[in-house]
Amino acid sequence: MAERSFAREVEKLRLGEGETFSGEGILAITKALLENGVGYVGGYQGSPISHLMDVLADAQSILGELGVHFEASASEATATAMLAASVHYPIRGAVTYKSVVGTNVASDALSNLASGGVTGGSLIIVGEDYGEGSSIMQERTYAFAMKSQVWMLDPRPNLPSIVQSVGQGFELSEASNTPVMLQVRIRSCHVHGHFTASNNKRPNMSVSEALENPKRDLNRIVLPPATYLHEDEKLTKRWPAAEKYILENNLNEEFGDPAGKVGLIIQGGNYNTVIRALNRLELANIYGDTDVHILCLNAVYPLCESQILSFSEGKDAIFVIEEGQPNFMEQSIGHMLYKNGSKTKLEGKGMLPLGGELTGQVVLDGLASFFKAHVPGLLPASKGAHNEPELKMPDLSKILPPRPPGFCTGCPERPIFAATKLVEQELGKHHIASDIGCHLFSIMPPFDLGATTMGYGLGPASASAFHNENKDGRKSISFVGDGGFWHNGVASSIGNAVFNKNDGVIVIVDNYYSAATGGQDILSSRANNKTKQTQNSITKAVQGMGVKWVRQLDRTYDVTKMRDTLKEALSSQEEGPKVIVASSECMLNKQRRVKPQLAKDVKEGRRVERPRFGVDEDVCTGDHACMRLSGCPSLSVKDTGDPLRDDPVAAIDQTCVGCGNCGEVADAAVLCPSFYEARVVSNPTGAERRRANRANKIMSWLQKRRYAQQVVLS
Amino acid sequence: MTLEKTSQFVARRSPGADGERIITLAALAVGGQGGGVLTNWITAVAEANGYNAQSTSVAGVAQRTGATIYYLEMCRDTGRKPVFALSPTEGDVDILVAAELMEAGRAITRGFVIPSRTTVIASTHRIPAVNEKTAPGDGRVDGTAVLEAMGIAADHVVAFDMETVAKEEGSVISSSLLGALAGSGALPFPRESYEDVIKASGRGVSASIRAFNRAYDCATGKEVAPQPQPVSNPTPKLSVPKKLKSQWLALQKRVSDLPEPAQEMVTLGLKKVADYQDIVYGAEYLDRLEQVVCLDFAPYRLTQQAAKYVSRAMCYDDILRVADLKTRGTRMERVRDEVAVNDDQVLMLTEYFHPRFEEFVTTLPKALGRWLSRNRRFEAFYTHHFDKGRRIRTDQLSGFLALYLVSAMRPWRRKLLRHESEMAHVDAWFNKSLEVARHDHALACELLANYRLIKGYSDTHVRGLSKFARVMGALDMLQGRPDAADWMCRLREAALSDENGDALNGALKTVLSFTQMEAA
Repeated sequence: MAERSFAREVEKLRLGEGETFSGEGILAITKALLENGVGYVGGYQGSPISHLMDVLADAQSILGELGVHFEASASEATATAMLAASVHYPIRGAVTYKSVVGTNVASDALSNLASGGVTGGSLIIVGEDYGEGSSIMQERTYAFAMKSQVWMLDPRPNLPSIVQSVGQGFELSEASNTPVMLQVRIRSCHVHGHFTASNNKRPNMSVSEALENPKRDLNRIVLPPATYLHEDEKLTKRWPAAEKYILENNLNEEFGDPAGKVGLIIQGGNYNTVIRALNRLELANIYGDTDVHILCLNAVYPLCESQILSFSEGKDAIFVIEEGQPNFMEQSIGHMLYKNGSKTKLEGKGMLPLGGELTGQVVLDGLASFFKAHVPGLLPASKGAHNEPELKMPDLSKILPPRPPGFCTGCPERPIFAATKLVEQELGKHHIASDIGCHLFSIMPPFDLGATTMGYGLGPASASAFHNENKDGRKSISFVGDGGFWHNGVASSIGNAVFNKNDGVIVIVDNYYSAATGGQDILSSRANNKTKQTQNSITKAVQGMGVKWVRQLDRTYDVTKMRDTLKEALSSQEEGPKVIVASSECMLNKQRRVKPQLAKDVKEGRRVERPRFGVDEDVCTGDHACMRLSGCPSLSVKDTGDPLRDDPVAAIDQTCVGCGNCGEVADAAVLCPSFYEARVVSNPTGAERRRANRANKIMSWLQKRRYAQQVVLS
Repeated sequence: MTLEKTSQFVARRSPGADGERIITLAALAVGGQGGGVLTNWITAVAEANGYNAQSTSVAGVAQRTGATIYYLEMCRDTGRKPVFALSPTEGDVDILVAAELMEAGRAITRGFVIPSRTTVIASTHRIPAVNEKTAPGDGRVDGTAVLEAMGIAADHVVAFDMETVAKEEGSVISSSLLGALAGSGALPFPRESYEDVIKASGRGVSASIRAFNRAYDCATGKEVAPQPQPVSNPTPKLSVPKKLKSQWLALQKRVSDLPEPAQEMVTLGLKKVADYQDIVYGAEYLDRLEQVVCLDFAPYRLTQQAAKYVSRAMCYDDILRVADLKTRGTRMERVRDEVAVNDDQVLMLTEYFHPRFEEFVTTLPKALGRWLSRNRRFEAFYTHHFDKGRRIRTDQLSGFLALYLVSAMRPWRRKLLRHESEMAHVDAWFNKSLEVARHDHALACELLANYRLIKGYSDTHVRGLSKFARVMGALDMLQGRPDAADWMCRLREAALSDENGDALNGALKTVLSFTQMEAA
């Protein structure tokens, strides 16, 4: 597992009846799974749900006691396909991934799973990465729920509600024989809060018991003619059953005064934002007590028509507060109202922006416009107009520097892109296809490399159209990480390039982990992992796929070699893809692993070398060429204080881990001799110490001798 | 400036029935600054004081270098759970913590800082962003405007260098930010409760407490916060061997004959030049400056510029120079200091060199160097066998001696090919500046300053030379114009703003177009 221990979190999973759980939302979900007798859990890591995977991976003892099977799935498709265990067997299963990227990958399995339906409760926990701070394209998972007809829960963002929705999700799934998505947004995953725990429950049936008693039901298999039956069943049985469960168990909550002439229909996940806006408009107190009639949908799909209609009955207007585009819910609700001849005015987009997250200000403005238009007397006079003083301030927008994310200090991927930049300086620009992962930061300054990113493991695939008729012409360069490689890249990118004889250059960035998602182990990880088979060679896999030109580089920091290998690949006449596997350990994880060990070694008197880089400020001329090939957080600029010099010089701070990139780049790019590597040796050997003393004595004698002959500044 | 998004609606939070109110706090940090630790501490402090608290963050890129926001809400516990928001909203932030000056600026432009409401706790130190670091000149932005805006936009400001406070106490900025927050009084919690939380965190407790306490006292005004120190470069001392004393005194006498305002800069330049080569070289430097003084007048800006840039031009960066600097005793001490080597530790020191063919031949005597530099076969031979990076261990005698011997070639420097070409270049530039000074004093000042463009080694040096040549080349177009000096300065600034000289090309085009227009 990752070089981080989740022992403290694991302990929280042991809490029993009545004890108070305190922690993050995603961990609360993890605990709720165990409380609800889940039989197996899978998933693919990614923000914001990585924590669930990380903690369960470290929780083998608890899982073993309960008879719960956990696995780190190869992809989201694998995870979703894993839910097939709940098709014939009454086992509760849960999988998790980042959405919509994960849901995209899972789609095939999702459709099949939804078609045949499930017997055991099946929960898909999707980390909805939409809105401010999102790291992916802006789409909503809602569309998947609609097209596959799986139900979707969107609980209010507090721990008790989220935890309750896990149990409700399983029950809803079982009541309607349909998988259920539990959508949690980034901030609800990371929200810190409390809930009262219950005892963990063993699953009704374990996967081992199912294996010993195999079952098969032809009607649940996705193949004609059963598929026609499935479609009918979805519409006539499962959907009504779902609505029945949602209504009977009050999954959706009503707040406020039902007699109100206007009403709000909101997604559970946005409840807190709405209440805050109402509070700021003096229409709710801080506990959420309000006269405004609210229908809070913790189950956002399916929408229960009877509930929507009865809520709207007798109201002048309702306001659907739904983020993003398309406005699926608003459309459905409008459709329901229209078909039933309702006179209630429907508001939504228009008062709310078409796209983007429903931030506090957006909701506040939307609500105020809605009330002004439909209940003019409702808002206190003081809230009716803008009367904040205008501020006269310096215009900061021009001076604030953008601060894009970049590679960590000592990152082994930095030298790969430094080398690529050097190659481009020498051979000209190339078409570069990027992939998902930390290496995508190459897009940002100072490297500015990469033209497209088409999905996880799809970097080389996205360069597949670039076939140069001129054999000696330019080749494309594409990147894929080790995570993306195993997730999907093996077949979609490498296999495709081999089969179609694509001549492009493919760089596989191997940093021993699925690093961008938190440093989880993958097939090629070097660590020994008790529950996983690691140390599977990427190079061998690539060769197995039929690649003939493969180069394995075991130290990415060797910029010269990296550059020369890239040049060799770009000029190779060999047919088919040229694959470079560039391997060095993720520095963040390496430091987590090595630092405590080294500290212990020093303490116990063993010889330890601690490397660090530095810059001779009188040799540095302040041109900053090194930084244009680095962007390392520990390499920055500083003033010299020398009135004879104008520009700040390079400086390396205490956070340097001595990766070597600075020196290697200075060497490969023939930049300057300002860098030095200093290795501080703790507990040196006696001979080492004597040698150093002797050398120092001679050196200072030579230095003194020079002072006696020349004018020297000191 | 007005706030980017001012709401159409006035919207302040209303308190609860018992007067309890929700306090909102947003913390903006640069990834890796420990914003998560700070958030956890504040949450724990609030909970320890009988408050309901909720924190959220957008993690993910937090461990890397991007801007990151953490958000907290808290409210006195009255038995009911308040509905807390999950992200900061424009105009609705009570306390804004910024772990870096520009991040405070970002919070202001995002509308998180509002008069009569927001207390700003900001560390005033800078972490330059990538694009500030990559400019060939000085790309760092001036933070004064942010400080000014903070004063206008915030209700209450606690701003000082919390990074330095933390560092000086052996801790990290999360401790001093917490101290400043506690000291600001923006939260209704006693000081001890913060300390208790730090103590319970278990790691680096004593350093954290020290940093917390000092920041607390800085925030309350009990202690003076660390002031931005002008980078002190203690006037370097020149050690002059006895036998050279009289010669050196003669040079000092010449300096004292120069106009007083220029003496300081000339002294610095003279020391640098003498240290670079020898006393005679210092005399040559003064010869040049005395030529300038004749054309100068109070406040002697031309002489000062010449003192600065001629000294730099004469101290060009060749292999001898680098070898000299790398083998000095003071340098070894500085390195040991910088990487914190204890007496019971040993230092291994590796230098990264990569002398190319050009550097090699120009370090040879003129005739030999010139002959070899034209010899293609020799070049190929060198490139094949010697053109590679060299790692030299200067903590070991072998490596040290190699560099020491190279630096010992100093007495012969004047005979080397590099010296010849450098001096030709310097003379051309210097004489041109003198020539111009006779009729356009301001322009001559700018011409002298253009030497700033020449820096770096190998390719970077070549690029610098080319930019220098292009900027100097604009002289013919500009000479005679009243705004010539101004334009020359702009061209230089443009050349320093990017690596490839795109900005310079643009600026040159502009100059060309208006001179052509005027000609037509």
